[in-house]
Amino acid sequence: MLNIEKQINGSEAIVRLEGRLDTTTAPELENELKSFMDSVTSLVFDFEKLEYISSAGLRVLLTAQKFMSKQGSMKLINVKEDVNEIFEVTGFSDILTIE
Amino acid sequence: MFKKNLRILAIVDNLAQVLANVDEQLDQEGCPLKTRMQIDIAVEELFVNIATYAYTPETGDADILIETMNECPIPEESRKGMSEEDLKGKWLRITMSDAGMPFDPLQKEDPDISLSAQERRIGGLGIFMVKKSMDHMYYEYKDGKNHISIIKKLSPA
Repeated sequence: MLNIEKQINGSEAIVRLEGRLDTTTAPELENELKSFMDSVTSLVFDFEKLEYISSAGLRVLLTAQKFMSKQGSMKLINVKEDVNEIFEVTGFSDILTIE
Repeated sequence: MFKKNLRILAIVDNLAQVLANVDEQLDQEGCPLKTRMQIDIAVEELFVNIATYAYTPETGDADILIETMNECPIPEESRKGMSEEDLKGKWLRITMSDAGMPFDPLQKEDPDISLSAQERRIGGLGIFMVKKSMDHMYYEYKDGKNHISIIKKLSPA
């Protein structure tokens, strides 16, 4: 299960994820992002409550990163250690901005 | 020793049920959270692979064999560099089988993880993540079926 909470202030968006970003939930996030990404220049993901990410989730993040690199910036905050390890192994820690 | 086989229709919608069966056993073994996440990721990648490619455009069954044991299940020839101590402990092996198209996911080339976001292609990451996080994995095509196994040490003693 994935809970998506978004907060948009003008051109800045914060997306808080809670639960699991996997094959079944990644499409939900993808659709959610598509609905507003055109209109923001700053996208922040708060991963404080994200417990799990699989390659389906990584794909959505990579797509978002590619999109945001062209029109602004994207970063991830409060990433848990276990999730961070997935980013390390896959080289995503070098292509995403993680604070 | 523990052994359980789950036969299930290989569709993405059944992923949660597959993971529930795996996690139930991992809970009983007192598996650390990090290891459990790695195993869940591996199971998800392999099952979704079967659900997506094995029988397309039809569907078919997958067998998921979950085993735990006190003897290291890594084949002798693949134990290079492992010490006596490494071989000890409690082990998990999960084998997924399907009667779909012969396909060895281990033959897939690893993605170039040094590329930038713009250069990186979407995909190809799943099996790579599994390879990196499991202690061993192997594939065989036998009796008209694909069999892919992952092995992970659950606890040191």
